[in-house]
Amino acid sequence: MTVSQAAFKTAILDPAAAVPTGIVNPDGAAASKRFDVYRNNVAVSLSDALEAAFPVVRKLVGDEFFRAMAGVYLRKHPPKTPLMMFYGDAMPQFLGRFEPTKKFGYLPAIARIELAMRHAYHAKDVTPADANALTAVAPDALMSTKLKIAPATQTVTSDFPIHAIYLANTQADAPKPVMQPEAVMITRAGFDPQIHLINAAAASCIEALKKGQSLGQATATADTTLDLGVVLGLLLAQGAVTEIY
Amino acid sequence: MLDATTHPALPARPGVGYKAQHYSDIMEDSGPLGWLEIHAENYMGDGGRPLAQLRHLAERFPISVHGVGLSIGGEGNLDTDHLGRLKHLVSWLNPASFSEHLAWSTHDSHFFNDLLPLPYTAKTLSRVATHINQVQDTVGRRMLLENPSSYLAFAESTMSETDFLRELTQRTGCGLLLDVNNVFVSATNLKTSPQAYIDDFPLEAVGEIHLGGHDEDEDETGAPLLIDSHGKAVVDPVWALLDYTLAKSGPKPLLIEWDTDVPEWPVLADEISRADRALALITS
Amino acid sequence: MSNATKTLVLASAVATAVAGLSTTAAAQENVKCFGVSLAGENDCAAGPGTTCAGTSTVDYQGNAWTFVAAGTCETMELPAMADGSERMGSLEELDRDLPA
Repeated sequence: MTVSQAAFKTAILDPAAAVPTGIVNPDGAAASKRFDVYRNNVAVSLSDALEAAFPVVRKLVGDEFFRAMAGVYLRKHPPKTPLMMFYGDAMPQFLGRFEPTKKFGYLPAIARIELAMRHAYHAKDVTPADANALTAVAPDALMSTKLKIAPATQTVTSDFPIHAIYLANTQADAPKPVMQPEAVMITRAGFDPQIHLINAAAASCIEALKKGQSLGQATATADTTLDLGVVLGLLLAQGAVTEIY
Repeated sequence: MLDATTHPALPARPGVGYKAQHYSDIMEDSGPLGWLEIHAENYMGDGGRPLAQLRHLAERFPISVHGVGLSIGGEGNLDTDHLGRLKHLVSWLNPASFSEHLAWSTHDSHFFNDLLPLPYTAKTLSRVATHINQVQDTVGRRMLLENPSSYLAFAESTMSETDFLRELTQRTGCGLLLDVNNVFVSATNLKTSPQAYIDDFPLEAVGEIHLGGHDEDEDETGAPLLIDSHGKAVVDPVWALLDYTLAKSGPKPLLIEWDTDVPEWPVLADEISRADRALALITS
Repeated sequence: MSNATKTLVLASAVATAVAGLSTTAAAQENVKCFGVSLAGENDCAAGPGTTCAGTSTVDYQGNAWTFVAAGTCETMELPAMADGSERMGSLEELDRDLPA
């Protein structure tokens, strides 16, 4: 009458499953309500972690809806590592496919922003490069100059006004979102992640720089919507450039 | 790298489970607080405020690293990635103590974020001992293993929990973390005597004692079902069980654990003072 | 755009970027703050009792999802789809996609 951990696991995640035989109360009788303590611990602790991880998604769909959705998510995507601070990395895809949420096209991008904020918070500490080193580069050499970007730096691009939606749900007095495509960059100067409104061209330039492309390569295909002065200014001001080489 | 010689061991004084909201309170006036415990998994990021805070705290206090996710009681192999993260944290911080639980939480690459129970048999004993040896070899130091809160029993168990733990200390050289609230919760839930458990416990192996609050419920037969929620003050019978334990064990590092509905610092400070008085009682 | 022009554009962008920096306040490093980490932490506590979170089967095909969500999706008046052609992004409309 060995209770395997596989049987235990199945019964924990499926409330309709029978409690494994061999689990007993002190009188030797079957112990279903006692087993429910573990069912509850798992469901509650993982739901709490998701609530904590996605406060803006939660605000968008409402507390009751989010809690019910978390119950579906945690059974479909149990954590793959013990690090609860990173739990929920499948949430963007989940929101895009889950029948009751998939018609809200902006939810996956909002979830990506929330994941990015969390990753930025725990990202490696860096020392920003001296911005003046960039002005010291000879104009002819700028095209082949590369910038090492801090690991906290991430971008999210969407057809929806994701920056405005994020702000409207995190700050009092933020204006009502107006339908338009938006992109954001998340940085971490010091200890607190910051979200910045950029545009798609800037996001693609930043992602190219992150991959190790030179300034020339990263701007090669950009159209007139790329304002490189603004992008570089933002990166430097946020301490997001750690090396100029 | 922190100075390896600063904190050789946890002092036999009150400690508290560290919560970031209490950072300033702790740094400004720690009172009888002698050390801090952190949950290892919350400090496994690459950087940022959590690690910066920990670095500052470690300059002032001995730190106990308490893992909650290694799944030492798991049927499968230990997660070597996670073991690597623990080794990294412990070698960076050089804490005064490192502990984990007699429980499992990962199966088939899925982590359940709960301390799940295991039966006590020759087979599970051998498996847990192998895992503890692997942990101690990898992390490079002796670990403490904590007794769980039990809500149910396994018909297949052939050993008592105290015999199981004693045997583990003998096979692996590990120490034990005695959670007296868990003893009280388990004894109530399984209709055994908490004092008899303490009488039978290998107290000489105990490197740390935990105290926490629990919730009260009942099972379908109307029998009491206590739940280790860490969301309330320690109850009087658990303080009494602590006194009973300390009288037999002598002074030990005492930890106040409060993980859910975490109160303002003065409430924790009261619990810390009470733990301090319990220690004073046996040293006077 | 010729390479010479590109170089010029780049040099000008760098000049603009660095010139703007002097007016930017340096980030404050406040180790005392609580931060966003407070959420989603590991601990070794048990959840509250045996509440229905662990014991109810949630069937999203069924009535469980017909409650009206009280979230801000309701009030944002954004089109549900990027092309703007679909229905408005109100969760109240969930009801009509779900079997009663």
